[in-house]
Amino acid sequence: MHGGPLIAVVSFAYLGLLFAVAFWADRRADSGRSVIAHPTVYTLSLAVYCTAWTYYGSVGRAAASGVGFLPIYLGPTLGAAIWGFLLLKMIRVSKAQRITSIADFIASRYGKSHWLGGLVTVIAVVGILPYIALQLKAISNSVTILLHYPDIVMPHHTDTVPVWSDTAFYVALLLAAFTVLFGTRHLDASERHEGMVAAIALESLVKLAAFTAVGLFVTFGLHSGFGEIFRLAQQAGHLKPVLAPAQGGYMSWFSLSLLSGLAVLLLPRQFQMGVVENSSERHLRRAVWLFPLYLLLINIFVLPIALAGKLAFPEGGVDADTFVLTLPIAHGQEWLAIFSYLGGLSAATGMVIVETIALATMICNDLVMPGLLRRWRRFSLEMDLSGILLSIRRGAIFLILLLGYSYFRLAGEAYALVSIGLISFAAVAQFAPAIIGGLYWRGGTREGALAGLAAGFAVWIYTLLLPSFAKSGWLPGELLDPGPFGISLLKPQALFGLSGFDEISHCLMWSLSANLMAYLFVSLLRSPNAAETAQSKVFVDALKHERPMGAGLWRGSAEVGELIDLTGRFLGAERARRAFDAYARRRGIAARSELPADAHTVNFAETLLAGAIGSASARVMVASVAEEEPLGLDEVMNILDEASQIRAYSREVEQKSRALERATTELQSANLKLKELDRLKDDFMSSVTHELRTPLASIRAFSEILHDDPQIESEERQRFLSIIVSETERLSRLVNQVLDLAKIESGNIEWHMAEVDLASVLRESVETTGQVFRDKGARVEIEVSDRPARVWADRDRLVQVLLNLLSNAAKFLPAEAGRVNVAVLSLEDAYEVRVEDNGPGIAQQDLGVIFDRFRQGAGGSAKPVGTGLGLPISRQIIEHLGGRMWAESMPGKGATFVFRLPRSVTIADGAGAEQRP
Amino acid sequence: MTKQILIVDDEPNIVISLEFLMRREGFRVEVARDGEEALTRIRQDRPDLVLLDVMMPKVNGFEVCQAVRADPSLAAVRIVMLTAKGREAEIAKGLALGADAYVPKPFSTRDLVVQVKSLLGL
Repeated sequence: MHGGPLIAVVSFAYLGLLFAVAFWADRRADSGRSVIAHPTVYTLSLAVYCTAWTYYGSVGRAAASGVGFLPIYLGPTLGAAIWGFLLLKMIRVSKAQRITSIADFIASRYGKSHWLGGLVTVIAVVGILPYIALQLKAISNSVTILLHYPDIVMPHHTDTVPVWSDTAFYVALLLAAFTVLFGTRHLDASERHEGMVAAIALESLVKLAAFTAVGLFVTFGLHSGFGEIFRLAQQAGHLKPVLAPAQGGYMSWFSLSLLSGLAVLLLPRQFQMGVVENSSERHLRRAVWLFPLYLLLINIFVLPIALAGKLAFPEGGVDADTFVLTLPIAHGQEWLAIFSYLGGLSAATGMVIVETIALATMICNDLVMPGLLRRWRRFSLEMDLSGILLSIRRGAIFLILLLGYSYFRLAGEAYALVSIGLISFAAVAQFAPAIIGGLYWRGGTREGALAGLAAGFAVWIYTLLLPSFAKSGWLPGELLDPGPFGISLLKPQALFGLSGFDEISHCLMWSLSANLMAYLFVSLLRSPNAAETAQSKVFVDALKHERPMGAGLWRGSAEVGELIDLTGRFLGAERARRAFDAYARRRGIAARSELPADAHTVNFAETLLAGAIGSASARVMVASVAEEEPLGLDEVMNILDEASQIRAYSREVEQKSRALERATTELQSANLKLKELDRLKDDFMSSVTHELRTPLASIRAFSEILHDDPQIESEERQRFLSIIVSETERLSRLVNQVLDLAKIESGNIEWHMAEVDLASVLRESVETTGQVFRDKGARVEIEVSDRPARVWADRDRLVQVLLNLLSNAAKFLPAEAGRVNVAVLSLEDAYEVRVEDNGPGIAQQDLGVIFDRFRQGAGGSAKPVGTGLGLPISRQIIEHLGGRMWAESMPGKGATFVFRLPRSVTIADGAGAEQRP
Repeated sequence: MTKQILIVDDEPNIVISLEFLMRREGFRVEVARDGEEALTRIRQDRPDLVLLDVMMPKVNGFEVCQAVRADPSLAAVRIVMLTAKGREAEIAKGLALGADAYVPKPFSTRDLVVQVKSLLGL
């Protein structure tokens, strides 16, 4: 073995090849003959999904847990089925909005929020660090192993080696430099990295070829085919554990499949390749089947290599992760070993390049730029911002790789490669609710997405990241068992007692639940605002329109020249001018200076800028140039043609105002009634006092007369005294009746209800008043049947009514010819009592008036005897008993007073009869 | 010469008491039972003083008073309103209509006699 120099030469040669391919592809793109506008190239670029993890780690996992390595490839294979909808939507929206990263995507969906973009970036960076560490580990290990050819030496444990003699450290630096050269030669993320795509497609082929070569060698070179390997493995007892169901059972398979199905879309490098770099939607059709095919091909030989490795190194001294390299070495295949090494290097560098560039773009656009914008409100005109942006990106690349190396040193030894990768998968899975929700649900809000991401990320840190540090000894092991502060319910790997799951499933369950619930709950706390609503329409309805929407939601004034200057500052003056020229031509306008500064142009400028600095920052910059008037929600509704909502609302308002009108009129009429009642009350009071004072005056006058003059003749004295007596009686009668009426009306009276026979009441009343009639020489007739007429009433009150009616009748009878007829009539559901007299009768207009208080028949010149309250009281009594009272009369032909009372219903005779009024 | 007093009231017992009182003092007494009769009597007999109730059927006391005061030929007739309506507003109304005195019921017989005598200049 030629040792270090050979490895170095080979490595650099290969990387140079990649670089050359990228360069060539970029040139071809510039001249308009793109090499990557090919669906196979697109699919191969997606294969950056397979990293050193696939190359080395699958074999390691297969050797440990058999087919347990498969779910990671099963997920994407199954997931490819829905790419036709999900990925297509993502691509279309991203093209329309010039989205350049996954952080940009999420931020753009929820109202172009800076905070959201920043949070996604942080999650992505922290989440991918373990993954990058994995690649570093793989590369450095493979270098070390190859260096010791033909001996097989396992690499030292990292923490025993100081940083400056650590291969991995130099690997990290070299990779950083390479990536910088590769991806930040010029700032133009608005155009795609055609070169990078081409290079990645090549390296996907290289790693597949290398792995297949080793696989072929192992299967047909070392052994004689698949069958023999399996037979030997079975003999050696290796087969059984390998084919046994994976640890953790079906749950583990399910969660790993889900995880990887999401990761193949949501990993920053996957988003970059799959969405941002996509040149045509039609490429998806091939990718949907070609990508799973690639995965199948690269996995065919995993199990054979694993088993062969176990057979070749039975003592277990060789790390299964390295079988792909150590098997050729063990059998003296130098060039195969080198080829295999290259395959691994290819896989690792591919991942690092794309992932780091994607992350650096995010850091620059979504983390640093917003912070800068807030500080420097105004940029001086001479400043060339493109240089600043490039420097930021380059710095970010170095930072990411050094951080990845740090993670590698701190925690890389604790896990096998595969497990490290899964930690990253779980991190990017946190984007799923916000993204998938954002594409299919209009209700998501910025705060909802923030809450979901924060919750999921926090749980991820607690259940996966912290344990990885604890297992490497950087955090106390007591954290894991028996839990923080000894609380077993808070054990990071068995939260709230949920044990029995592998740590990935456990984390996935808790983090996605927290994420989803927070996202939904917080989103529902308020309805989306104008920006979110507009964006939701663009995202959710992306597949509904042929032409993706984007323009039209701007209102403001801007000068075209200002816009061109602004974009020039970020893209470079020449590029900006060319872009605007092309845009003007597309709109049929001669020169870019004649472009109208309307919403469409402004939108074009914004999307152009978004390619360079992200959509959130682009919005801010354009807004600073133009004076934008903020859109009101009613305008958004208008634009979105939801006038029906407005109509419904105004109908509501109309109804409410009508109800208000009605209420007002009701109030007014109630007021009038109150005033009327007040007046009546005053009248009543004044009538009562008048009626009381009149007899009092007589009493006083006669008392004084009698007192002052003892000489009055006894006849006269008797006369005066009897007047005093009768006036006193009149007075007390009046007082009693007033009190009666008041009590009845206020309901303060005690009613003693019972079943009463009207007939008997009638007879009793006639008997009582018999003398009065006899005095007048009048005749009283009773017409009553023998059968009792039962009503539910207060007997005493009924008697009072009849006495009143009879005495009234008696008052106006003609002398010696008076006739009164009292009858009880049986009706269907009531009884009717009629008191008829042959007195002078009552005028038609007075028939109602006589029931008013103190109103007596007008027309009689003689002051009638009585208080004027008898009839009102009687009517009140009858009405309280559920009946009615009225008068019928023809003047000159007597008067009839009538009242009706409902029958009393008795159910069955005998004891316990139920009675109802 | 004996003064003539007209008693106007629809309450029979009040009339009896007033009649007795006035006769006892030596006045000639006529009676009217309602406002209509009162006006006729006043125009006919030209009494020196009228004891006038307010609450009467057909024409009430206020209207009688108003009518009498509207007639300049009856200016010498003294009017004493004698009524159970004793509210401030009513007293004011009566006096405004031209009554010479307003006596609420129940009244003191002595006071009434003194009032009548003083109005008649006795």
